[in-house]
Amino acid sequence: MMHAFILHFGILRTVLRRIFASPLSGTLNIIVIGIALSLPAGMYVLLQNAQGAVVQLSGSPQISLFLKLGTTTESIEALRKQLNQHTDIDSAEFVSKKNALEQLKQSTGLEDLIGGLEKNPLPDAFVIHPKQGEAQALEALRSELADLSGVEQAQLDSAWAYKLEALLELGRVAVLIIASLLSVALVAITFNTIRLQILTQREEIEVSKLIGATNAFIRRPFLYFGATQGLLGGCAAYLIISISLLLLNIQLKDLAELYASQFSLAHMTWTDSISLLLFSMYLGWLGSWLSVSRHLSNIEPR
Amino acid sequence: MISFNHVNKRYPGGYQALKNISFNIDEGEMVFLTGHSGAGKSTLLKLIAAIERPNSGSVLVNNQNVGVLKERALPYLRRNLGIIFQDHKLLFDRSVYDNVILPLQICGFEHRESAKRVRAALDKVGLLNREKSNPISLSGGEQQRLCIARAIVNRPTILLADEPTGNLDVEYAQEIMTIFKSFHQVGVTLLISTHDTNVLQDKGIRVLSLKLGELQTNPVDAEPS
Repeated sequence: MMHAFILHFGILRTVLRRIFASPLSGTLNIIVIGIALSLPAGMYVLLQNAQGAVVQLSGSPQISLFLKLGTTTESIEALRKQLNQHTDIDSAEFVSKKNALEQLKQSTGLEDLIGGLEKNPLPDAFVIHPKQGEAQALEALRSELADLSGVEQAQLDSAWAYKLEALLELGRVAVLIIASLLSVALVAITFNTIRLQILTQREEIEVSKLIGATNAFIRRPFLYFGATQGLLGGCAAYLIISISLLLLNIQLKDLAELYASQFSLAHMTWTDSISLLLFSMYLGWLGSWLSVSRHLSNIEPR
Repeated sequence: MISFNHVNKRYPGGYQALKNISFNIDEGEMVFLTGHSGAGKSTLLKLIAAIERPNSGSVLVNNQNVGVLKERALPYLRRNLGIIFQDHKLLFDRSVYDNVILPLQICGFEHRESAKRVRAALDKVGLLNREKSNPISLSGGEQQRLCIARAIVNRPTILLADEPTGNLDVEYAQEIMTIFKSFHQVGVTLLISTHDTNVLQDKGIRVLSLKLGELQTNPVDAEPS
């Protein structure tokens, strides 16, 4: 066990030396991989943040039922009964025009302006919490409620959130496409680096085969090379994203202060970060595996 | 230990390198292989290490027909052989020490044991004080001895040498033959290809003589060129 550990550690050391044998091209390779990975991963981070914001802002969906002006107390009571008995409605809360005006005063800080109004322009309303959350069911409920007598207008409060959600879904598909394309590019980069490595170590491979090295033994350092390069590329991507978020958050802080909000962009979760590193490592390994399988059999001692 | 039975080897393109070769080398025997360049000496050695395969006939090493060995089994055959190449095949990107340790790394030897064996092999060929040098800084004779150290570090039972004294002057050649004889004394089977007449003077050592791919029947007075 200890012996195997020393053996693999030795290979790792050799591999690191080879990656940085020419420091510039080694570093450039890692940066290229880092940039290729940071694009989709960075977009993913932004999407996650947008998603979080949508959930936070929309809360649970509500339908606002605005009643016609001058609706009598009796018909309001009748409506309340009807709403409470409706199977799709969880609860219905009556907001009188007086309460609505109070709330408006408090939440917007437009006290002076509202105080100057001659009469209350707001209608009586019901705020309805539906049982179901799907966009279609909500829309059906909304149009049903709009047709009730005494109702002026029924408004689905979180409609915009659903539209944004659909837009985010579009973004996710875009990220997936970009990620797939750049993964292929990453495999290609590693494939080529390993091909060059094999060429420069042609002699060593030949001699090793002559003195009894198995294919697995010869392949191992190249696979380590690809995986290590991929992993370092993943770290570079993580670093790029971290720095970008830092810069964006500095700007966002000023912007958020103007709106008296505390909004800032969150970094990847731990699981996402580790997934990113493992994935980039896997891609590097895959590229070198393809390259080694393709090129190693061409080198036979003569 | 090594036995050829009616071996023919034709290279792609039609060149017949070996014709109907049969001979037998016993365990612990030391044999010279001689003949002009192009007579097929290198080809014969390559057949033993399965670097080339015969077109017909069988090549037995340790009673194993190496001509039909699977690709996967080749490494394990070669680990039992020490090969000294005509062109040395040293690696110039690493030290003398690291060149010699390579076969042990391939076999997966433990670190301390490897170091001991490498030093013993270097001591045997008189290069112990050069272990940190790059092989490029060694003379021709020293490079040849380094190649021998790498071939024996694994303690193989069979040692194959292709023109080990090829470009060396008499003194160096004598030194190297002395090293080979010391291996012979400890029971290693040796097959050494050479066209060096001085070396062949040595009586009491069997000589296989090749001429245009054929084994001469009366080798002793056949071929010293």
